[in-house]
Amino acid sequence: MTSYPTTWKRPPQIFKHRGWRIGLQIAVLAWFVLAIGSIDANWERIIAGGERGLRFVQGFLQPDFTSRWSDIRGGLIESLTMTFTSTIVGIAISIPIGIGAARNLAPRPVYYVCRSIIAVSRALQEVIVAIFFVAMFGFGPFAGFLTLTFATIGFIAKLLAEDIEGIDESQAEAVRATGASWLQLINYAVQPQVMPRLIGLSLYRFDINFRESAVIGIVGAGGIGATLNTAIDRYEYDSAGAILLIIIGIVLIAEYGSSYLRKFLQ
Amino acid sequence: MTGDFPKEWQYRTPKTKLLIWAFWLCMVAGFVYCWQVMTEGTIWYFVQDAPRQAADIGGRMWPPKLSYVPELMIPLWDTLNMATLGTMLGVILAVPVAFMAARNTTPSATFLRPLALFIIVASRSINSLIWALLLVAILGPGILAGIIAIGLRSIGFVGKLLYEAIEETDVTQIEAIRATGASPAQVLNYAIVPQIMPAFWGITVFRWDINIRESAILGLVGAGGLGLKLQASLNVLSWPQVTTILLLILITVVISEWVSARVRAALI
Repeated sequence: MTSYPTTWKRPPQIFKHRGWRIGLQIAVLAWFVLAIGSIDANWERIIAGGERGLRFVQGFLQPDFTSRWSDIRGGLIESLTMTFTSTIVGIAISIPIGIGAARNLAPRPVYYVCRSIIAVSRALQEVIVAIFFVAMFGFGPFAGFLTLTFATIGFIAKLLAEDIEGIDESQAEAVRATGASWLQLINYAVQPQVMPRLIGLSLYRFDINFRESAVIGIVGAGGIGATLNTAIDRYEYDSAGAILLIIIGIVLIAEYGSSYLRKFLQ
Repeated sequence: MTGDFPKEWQYRTPKTKLLIWAFWLCMVAGFVYCWQVMTEGTIWYFVQDAPRQAADIGGRMWPPKLSYVPELMIPLWDTLNMATLGTMLGVILAVPVAFMAARNTTPSATFLRPLALFIIVASRSINSLIWALLLVAILGPGILAGIIAIGLRSIGFVGKLLYEAIEETDVTQIEAIRATGASPAQVLNYAIVPQIMPAFWGITVFRWDINIRESAILGLVGAGGLGLKLQASLNVLSWPQVTTILLLILITVVISEWVSARVRAALI
């Protein structure tokens, strides 16, 4: 008469030993207490800021589009032109780099050079890049354009290279068997296979570039971010709310538009 | 007889060719126009001068000031905490939003689902730096503003990916649990949650990795961490310190990316 257990419990998966599990839990708890302790919140300041927070919420609910409209309009035009040009230039540069970073098409030295360009572009935050470009090229949307182009290269080239590495090799072989040159191989075997994804990625990147253009303005690279920063610095929360609502609206339009376009193209 | 047929085979009809040509024309015209508008206020002297400026800054930045590293340890600890606590806050807030936004678990498709989708879009379209800018104005400078900014930005990301995972759950498993007479809460617990658990942990670790990058620069607007030191060093034009901070950020990002890739590989 062995007694069987009446309930089933899933055995532990990652840490099999009991001591490790308890130790880990204690470590996490200790870290949590220390981390909460190091927040160092100034409660008087927070309570004093409550009124300001309320005003911001009010500004969001009753946005003021009119009184700063010329500034908002200027910022939006800068942001949109910056986004458009940087997306196009970025894609134009990232196509050769993406082909160079595909292991099945490029020779070894080219592959390593292109991969390191991608790694550098991806590792650096847009805002940090923008700080340097502003220092070099002066304030304004030109620095922002360069920043977004630089960030686009890392994103598109990496995903394009991965897509090229994942193409159907039999089609490439068939084209190669006809005696096609390397350029013809790219044009007739690779390009038709990766084109739908490249279009999708470009539209997605356009969306990201617009969102980023709102951020890099804070460090002086032009666009709607600069207008937003000024509005918040001057405590004009109703104008800030209007700008944020416009950003949300444009992102929404870009997102729905790009998903519609992608469906239409496929 | 054969005169009616084209001599050469062509891939596209004349109409599509014309359309494609018109598309390219529009793109080029749009590009030129946008370029003109954008560079209206650009001072080209600065642009010509840029290589010299770059060489100048580069010369000042090297070598990094390694004796500055001990001073950066507390900001680094703040940055890591900001990212981790912010991710926790974001995930806690994102889970109910995701369940409200998923078509198969939402309590009310007419009222709550659009609201949840709006929360997700609003949070996704506003970068954490902008959230931090607002919160620093409201809560005052410090890492609390940074944590909340990271948390608010994470809601959209985690919420969107999680609700897509919930919508993709296998219906047969849910039906099997429901057939045993389970209540809605039990269906959630035994049919949906086990299916989305790997996706949940993957998304959380992925977002944590992104948050480490973002929290490193939140200090630029006063939300504490490494960015605060970066801003201070930039303000006094102390370029060797800037290099040190950037190297530290780079190392932290590489390590967090490696950790996140390992965890996700183990999960999937």
